Amino acid sequence: MGMRGGRRQTGKAVTAYRRATGALALALGLGLGAALAQPTIGAEDLGDAEKGRAHWQDECADCHQIGPGAANDIGPHLNRVFGRRAAAVADFPYSDSIRRMGRDGLYWTLRTLDAYIENPYSLVSGTRMDYPGLTDAEDRADLLAFIRLHSDRPSDMPEAAPTARRVEVDLPPEVLEMRGDREWGEYLASECTTCHQRDGAASGIPSITFWPEERFVVAMHAYREGLRPHQVMQTIARRLTDEDIAALAAYFATIDD
Amino acid sequence: MRIHRRTLLASMGAATAAFAAPAVIGQTRPRVVVIGGGSGGATAARYLARDSDGALDVVLVEPTRTYYTCYFSNLYLGGFWGLADLGHSYGTLAARHGINVIHDWATGVDRDAQTVTLAGGAVLDYDRLVLSPGIDFVEDSVPGWSVTAQNRMPHAYKAGSQTELLKAQVENMREGGVFAMVAPPNPYRCPPGPYERISMVAHVLSERNPTAKILIVDPKESFSKQALFEEGWARHYPGMIERVGPDFGADNVSVDPEAMTIDIDGMLEEVDVCNVIPAQKAGRIAEIAGLTNEAGWAPVVPANMKSRMDDRIHVLGDASAQGDMPKSGFSANSQAKVAANAIRHELLEARLFPARYSNTCWSLIADDDGVKVGASYEPTEEKIASVDSFISQTGEDAELRRQTYEESIGWYNGIVADMFS
Ligand SMILES: Cc1cc2nc3c(=O)[nH]c(=O)nc-3n(C[C@H](O)[C@H](O)[C@H](O)COP(=O)(O)OP(=O)(O)OC[C@H]3O[C@@H](n4cnc5c(N)ncnc54)[C@H](O)[C@@H]3O)c2cc1C
Repeated sequence: MGMRGGRRQTGKAVTAYRRATGALALALGLGLGAALAQPTIGAEDLGDAEKGRAHWQDECADCHQIGPGAANDIGPHLNRVFGRRAAAVADFPYSDSIRRMGRDGLYWTLRTLDAYIENPYSLVSGTRMDYPGLTDAEDRADLLAFIRLHSDRPSDMPEAAPTARRVEVDLPPEVLEMRGDREWGEYLASECTTCHQRDGAASGIPSITFWPEERFVVAMHAYREGLRPHQVMQTIARRLTDEDIAALAAYFATIDD
Repeated sequence: MRIHRRTLLASMGAATAAFAAPAVIGQTRPRVVVIGGGSGGATAARYLARDSDGALDVVLVEPTRTYYTCYFSNLYLGGFWGLADLGHSYGTLAARHGINVIHDWATGVDRDAQTVTLAGGAVLDYDRLVLSPGIDFVEDSVPGWSVTAQNRMPHAYKAGSQTELLKAQVENMREGGVFAMVAPPNPYRCPPGPYERISMVAHVLSERNPTAKILIVDPKESFSKQALFEEGWARHYPGMIERVGPDFGADNVSVDPEAMTIDIDGMLEEVDVCNVIPAQKAGRIAEIAGLTNEAGWAPVVPANMKSRMDDRIHVLGDASAQGDMPKSGFSANSQAKVAANAIRHELLEARLFPARYSNTCWSLIADDDGVKVGASYEPTEEKIASVDSFISQTGEDAELRRQTYEESIGWYNGIVADMFS
């Protein structure tokens, strides 16, 4: 574990503990093939908070505030975000999509924040955070180290369970590029349409009709890996193979009912 | 009258013909007869028709013109759902998918001749037969009760007029009266159904008649989602609900509908409303067709829901003995899709896909307090086996429970669209 002995995760002291072992972001990083070639962070790894401060200015500060006196802005303030349930800042007008994830039990941990910053839509399909994602795993680690400075409670420590759980998700780029067997997808989709209506009508259960294939693929992998919370969806996703997911994505992207 | 494929085709209207690919018009199409237009049958008919673009002649035999779902009928009892919202008609299946919907009872199946006889006298021949007739009650499983007594002691386990009757009885019960339920032994349709019903009755009584009591006479040691229900009852309806199990003689029960009494192993209870849910077996037509075992259910091949007695017949839903799947609308719907694919493979050489089964059952305990249980299943040689499962937890926060309830509404709209749209 990187943070033993009361070491604070500021600057270089933390960088020294970085290990390029975990494959944390892979399930979600697929859309961004480049990320796969790079070492990615594991749950016990934090980056260089000083470098992270610069990323914060470039990437986040237009919409978010952090630090003493931070208030909600275009986005919610990000003080004490580690360990917080998604969509939990009072008075912030979140999207329905992220509220739903919060209710389902999405908590912000190093792992989930990393996934979210890498590709917001992969974790929260309908998020209003209009941000294309930060592809470089090291940049994200640095940025999160900075944000983490403002979440300094022991329970926020990323190595505390369950954030410390290391997930080895091995998703090579060919998985993302995999061409789905649409006919197989149509058959498999009949399992989905017991709840998700084919014509896209949504009441209590979201529509999955006409999703771009890539969004569909990352979402299903995220459920399969347990990154996205939801009992039914995790159970459904756990028995889907990469081929199954690609097939479903191909079908729902072009569904004609 | 014996309806042959050709004569039937000729009698189909122009609207239907428009759905059939021109190439097959006038040719003999393979015919699939589906008996029962409920969760399993309506889904099977719809998937057979829509996925075969007119290449199959799909005939659906169902006596009622409006299908009242049992799912959400408890919510109707509790005042959370309208009666009209439970009812669904077969018009779209005919108009959009070209299914020939015949409102009649199937009274006989001749498996050698491959024909089905209807109460109205018609005889239909089939290439494949699908049976999804739901359940019937085991006679004398609750001594003293029979269908002739079902107005004094409703079962409300086939939705419609029985559900309306039970609702009226609950609402008009005398102040401080006793509502009793004689719960069924396993296996029966919708394992959490009786206990969701108890929750809904308690909800109504706690608002209208708070000194009333609820008595559950249950022959089973334990029941589905028990911890969740008991936690919910203690929280929402403290002191109102009492359950008597087999340790207190609830496996030895008879009723007297005239006197409105229940005899529990020699102890007489006077009650005001009595909901008797008898032991169950496959819908009678499955037995008539010779497809049932000693226990009264129709054993099926796990990989494709074919009857173990006849490989031209598939049995779906509650009537089937398949293994681990609960008898639910969700299960029947899931099984129907597997069967439809297998039938299209055999009759039309469509690609055959491996069976995937799943189920989730939501229940409402009180206002905005929803819970769920579910699993995914795979066929083995011997049975459909559960491979992965989940259940709501006790102590969940109110927001999650509310969301689970909303999700159940989404599911309801989803499954009825999957059956009837
Ligand atoms: C109170 C209650 C609550 C429930 N809640 C849920 C729930 O929340 N979720 C869930 O998934 N399930 C639920 N269920 C269970 C669900 O209703 C059944 O498991 C499901 O409907 C079974 O489908 P089926 O096709 O086997 O039978 P059914 O849906 O009952 O359909 C059988 C059909 O066959 C017809 N039929 C019977 N005999 C003949 C014949 N001889 N000729 C022609 N037609 C015939 C009948 O008219 C009927 O329409 C509930 C059940 C009850 C009683």
